[in-house]
Amino acid sequence: MKRIISPLLLSLLAVGIVACSKQGPDSASTAASAPASAAATASGNTSVGLSISTLNNPFFVALRKGAEDEAKKEGITLITVDAQDDPAKQQASVEDLIQKKVSVILINPTDSAAVANVVKEATDKGIKVISLDRSVNGAEVSAHIASDNVAGGKMAAEFLLDKLGNKGNVIELEGIAGSSAARERGQGFHSVIDGKADIKLVAKQPADFDRAKGLSVTENIIQGNKNVQGLFAHNDEMALGAVKALQAAGLKNVVVVGFDATPDAIAAVKSGNMAATVQQQPELIGQFGVQAAKKLIDGQPVDKFIPVPLNLIKQ
Amino acid sequence: MTPKTKATLQKLGPFIALLVVAIGLSIMSSDFLTVGNLLNVMRQVSINALIAFGMTLVILLGGIDLSVGSILALSSVAIASFMQMGLNPALATALGILAGGLMGLANGLIISKGKVAPFIATLGSMTVLRGLSLVFSNGSPITGFNSDFFSMLGGGYVAGLIPIPVVGMLIMFGVFWFVLKKTVFGRHVYATGGNEESARLSGVKTDRIKIWVYTISGAMSAMAGVVLTSRLNSAQPTAGTGYELDAIAAVVLGGTSLTGGRGWIFGTLVGALLIGVLNNGLNLMGVSSFYQQVIKGAVILLAVLIDRGNKK
Repeated sequence: MKRIISPLLLSLLAVGIVACSKQGPDSASTAASAPASAAATASGNTSVGLSISTLNNPFFVALRKGAEDEAKKEGITLITVDAQDDPAKQQASVEDLIQKKVSVILINPTDSAAVANVVKEATDKGIKVISLDRSVNGAEVSAHIASDNVAGGKMAAEFLLDKLGNKGNVIELEGIAGSSAARERGQGFHSVIDGKADIKLVAKQPADFDRAKGLSVTENIIQGNKNVQGLFAHNDEMALGAVKALQAAGLKNVVVVGFDATPDAIAAVKSGNMAATVQQQPELIGQFGVQAAKKLIDGQPVDKFIPVPLNLIKQ
Repeated sequence: MTPKTKATLQKLGPFIALLVVAIGLSIMSSDFLTVGNLLNVMRQVSINALIAFGMTLVILLGGIDLSVGSILALSSVAIASFMQMGLNPALATALGILAGGLMGLANGLIISKGKVAPFIATLGSMTVLRGLSLVFSNGSPITGFNSDFFSMLGGGYVAGLIPIPVVGMLIMFGVFWFVLKKTVFGRHVYATGGNEESARLSGVKTDRIKIWVYTISGAMSAMAGVVLTSRLNSAQPTAGTGYELDAIAAVVLGGTSLTGGRGWIFGTLVGALLIGVLNNGLNLMGVSSFYQQVIKGAVILLAVLIDRGNKK
């Protein structure tokens, strides 16, 4: 073993020494290559960085796929870095993208506040930043791209009205009070059902996006209102809890609409326990992100908020 | 080759590996070898290096500290809460580092006086402290403390060029180097790690050494927490998850033996730099994060295998 190790170490050392002497010219060549890469930028051959909160979640894997496909189509080099849900790792990898001098950084924050510093660092260096899915708190970005929750709420309400024939008693289960998802989904929902003469909102209560709370809140509501035809929940977890409460109370034929299209909810829609669920389209978020980056590179203006349409899953 | 030069060469193994990797990366990515990027890497490395310095002492004792990531999180939650309460930022920071030291002290007491294996003791405290940081923060990040002093600790520069965390890392490196090389305490750490029984019989207060070493490890994790919190401008209750493994990897890559008694702090610095340079270079080259894990794991295994080969 010794016989192998010593020469190995020696040869490594030799490589090291040779390489040491190369360091001068190396840094010179780096300097020389800088104008070259600038020229590449001018000719439209540019790179875009994509920093994703985690690739251990199908939602973000789909988002990346949408971005990759679009980048390939546009001839853009996309460099993806994965933060593995660690804000410190996200900061470090975005710093690496800054060093790489990408033209635009698409960022899907692990934590809206924790990324502010590194977003500022990028914009200070002249790199434009676009936030995807989650917004950035405390720093300016060129654009924010996320699902259009208002449109999703509208979509759910229109489906519900259609199913009920524009007539009936409806329950609304709200998400965590004040959260943007609850606010926007509720706003969209109300913009459609409010003012409809034959639709009555018999109860509207928060169940905090939680399945157990969706169950108990619905149980309480139907104590006093057995005459219910429709229910909209701001997410699938609450909708699935509500389904249990309605089943236990023997209330059949209630049209339940959820939001998020989780695997459980999709299964419930297939088996007929839920009528529909609103699905986000992460591929589109990624695709829109690269399209907006392309516009910024070409010097065109982009909207501050780019809403991504949702999709309704029904039987 | 005389045994002495061979030993020196072996010690330089990690350094040579770092050079080879760095040269490879400069050839493969034109963005790697720039002053801006090298300072960027050093700043990223500083967090892991601070934890790894403390971990080096622990491993020199033949122990292990799995709680470093949790100590980092709880201290940073503590500092952020102190500042939100309106405490002076410098005082809040000092108290946070003290708190980290106390958490380490608890580890040391459980291990030495309670005679619990370090792995089990720190596994327990890792879970308890993580739970506490979730309790104190209600599970969500603490933000909204705006202090120029505190932002400077992680984001500032000395002479407009060298990041303050890098300066801090180099100063702590100097302190650890001096303590291990030149002080009685340092010699006692090596002696206790080499053979605890004979160290004790020759008059070393091994329990006291252990308690001090774990206390230092806790304080170093808290210091890393200061850098992290300052840079993110946000205290995350889930921060530092998995950092114990990065720190252990830096120590082992640096040639410090997991069985205790043998190793040096320069190796740890180099080990931390090697991990940081790999992270940075692979990002610059656009390597997928999944492959990055494979490559980093393989480098660690390779380093340990070479180390084993040397010892035979």
